[in-house]
Amino acid sequence: MRMKIENGHVLDPGHIDGLRDIWILDGRIEAVTEPGAYMEKADEILDAEGLFVTPGLIDMHVHLREPGQEYKETIESGCRAAVRGGFTAVCCMPNTRPVNDNAGITSWIVQQAEKAGLARVYPVAAITGGLGGQQLNEYADLKGAGAIALSDDGMPVLDGQTMRRAMEYAQAFDLFIISHCEDLSLVAGGVMNEGTVATRLGLGGIPNISEYLMVEREIGLAELTGSRVHIAHVSTRESVRAIRHAKARGVQVTAETAPHYFTLTEEAVGDYDTLAKMNPPLRSEADRQAIIEGLQDGTLDCIATDHAPHASMEKEVPFDEAPNGIIGLETSLGLSLKLVHDGFLSLADLIRLMSKNPARILGMNNDLLPGAPADLTLMDIKASWEVAPASFASLSRNTPFGGWQLTGQAVATIVGGRLVYKV
Amino acid sequence: MYFSRKDILDIASLSVEEITHILDTAQGMKEISLRPVKKVPTLRGKTLILFFHEASTRTKTSFDIAGKRLSADVIALAKSGSSMAKGESLLDTVKTLEAMQPDVVVMRHGTSGAARFIAGHLKCGVINAGDGRHAHPTQALLDMMTIREKKGRIAGLKVAIIGDIAHSRVARSNMEGLVKMGAEVRVAGPPTMIPKGIESYGVKAFFSVDRALEDADVVMMLRMQKERMNNVLFSTEREYAREFGLNEKRLSMAHSDAVVLHPGPMNRGVEISDAVADGPRSAILDQVENGVALRMALFYLLAGGVRNADED
Ligand SMILES: [Zn+2]
Repeated sequence: MRMKIENGHVLDPGHIDGLRDIWILDGRIEAVTEPGAYMEKADEILDAEGLFVTPGLIDMHVHLREPGQEYKETIESGCRAAVRGGFTAVCCMPNTRPVNDNAGITSWIVQQAEKAGLARVYPVAAITGGLGGQQLNEYADLKGAGAIALSDDGMPVLDGQTMRRAMEYAQAFDLFIISHCEDLSLVAGGVMNEGTVATRLGLGGIPNISEYLMVEREIGLAELTGSRVHIAHVSTRESVRAIRHAKARGVQVTAETAPHYFTLTEEAVGDYDTLAKMNPPLRSEADRQAIIEGLQDGTLDCIATDHAPHASMEKEVPFDEAPNGIIGLETSLGLSLKLVHDGFLSLADLIRLMSKNPARILGMNNDLLPGAPADLTLMDIKASWEVAPASFASLSRNTPFGGWQLTGQAVATIVGGRLVYKV
Repeated sequence: MYFSRKDILDIASLSVEEITHILDTAQGMKEISLRPVKKVPTLRGKTLILFFHEASTRTKTSFDIAGKRLSADVIALAKSGSSMAKGESLLDTVKTLEAMQPDVVVMRHGTSGAARFIAGHLKCGVINAGDGRHAHPTQALLDMMTIREKKGRIAGLKVAIIGDIAHSRVARSNMEGLVKMGAEVRVAGPPTMIPKGIESYGVKAFFSVDRALEDADVVMMLRMQKERMNNVLFSTEREYAREFGLNEKRLSMAHSDAVVLHPGPMNRGVEISDAVADGPRSAILDQVENGVALRMALFYLLAGGVRNADED
């Protein structure tokens, strides 16, 4: 089975930037050639005229809700949303019910994902039992079952000693920690960013320091232990500054942010709009600017969505009671391309942030070279479209971007040489 | 003036003209309470539901009396007596309320934004009787009514609001109303109780009560939340009373004919001394009296009373 993608503008930052044909044989890249240069018979031809063809996008922070909350999302529906958004792979966080803290659940997730046969799913297993912040899990078993990293996402590991030992222990199995940075004693019941808007609405505030204090701790522990740490969903200017300084002195720290943190501010909460409630919260304009700068200068390595599905009835409650999070898989590329259209990033920079860097962090090679798995995204970066949550593949609708007009989207997604999504 | 609002949810959304109209209407209502027969038929056949999800004897009684003086049928629902106690969602409660066909729903709720939430789902008028830390518009309106009565105006007055500003819906609504009506507002309390961005209300913030009191025409004390005593907002009651409480000596910093307000119930000896609470400057009982008249005015304006209250 040989597939040919012809007439597309192939963009693999650092390797290829121009019109090429891509040949795929048995799930792997066979050749990348000048147009018309390779004379073989293709069983399937994909015309990519006017499109960019890039290494598959990777979202290294999503919540798929299965097992336990299948009414919000399943591995299958989440993967359908992923490929619709142009993602060929996602990392799913362990705060399922039960928590993914043992090899049995990890391998079950891997099996469900294989059954779905859409995007690749890399499970992130829990650092501590039940996300309790106390007992380290069996990292060797978890790695063996398919875990790609460790995180207690949703819950910070409050005890510094526990985190130190987790970082040290993970090194033995070539795993790294993804840290959800949040000092709960400083959150103190807050539900949105601390500042003028929270004060006016009478809502409890979450100060920036609740995040960056823990970012500083993780940097310090990574330095102490010589371990590698990845900071999840960075939302504050102070965190960006801390990571920038740490990288400059050689600490092994990487970081991600999400489209909502460079697109929205606390103002989006408006009149208690629970669709704008998330953790960390939407911050100030100064923070938003700093996030964009962090993406520009490489302080922030990648864009991840923190895709967090919730049922409508769960969000249709007073602000204090609403669960945190928004879905992101189907709007991520459109929102991120806005940075390109607005002149903050080149398209090559964006592909680094959404594909090359996550692959590097996860220890994969997704260069478009012969022999590599054929994971590809075809995108039309000029297509204008309206965000219509009702038509999402995700089982949930909780996005504050409904009705937004975006420019640019994925039009086809190929995983392992199979066309898993096409407009 | 034609009053066209469906709900009274906060002070921020009311115009100067609307506030003035409400205060004028309330002033007219006050006379009814002084009659031997304290009842007019204005809202006969109208149904008012008092839905208090959070305990408050004073405010609830005030609304109750206000409704009855206008001959409305007043139905009180308490949390314990309602299905809310059984874990029903706010949205379901709203649907239940709607089915009872009320003309006005008065709601007190512990969550900021709750009144706005139900107002968006109810066809009838909604009066916010306090939601979380967000707003307490009827308290602010009765405070403004009292100030106007005592001082003849609001514009140009220096008003000091003292205490736990951060957690107080009374403070928020009063800051919005008083600044809108042209007063110069200062707030004061320990730094743990002054929230970020308070200046956006157009007020000055002080950590020193004495400085906030300088030459003040009105001193508004806030209730110390006993339930928060164990929190890390201050050290001890003794120190709080000494540093931030209102006593006669401290009151002498204010203008010599300053009036003292307190939304009650008071923690005597903590935020306010007996001598001040019961002294000649205290307008605390006037506030209670005006509260009934003010709430009668809001019922009248919202429940579609078409004639003047005392025409019958
Ligand atoms: Zn998280």
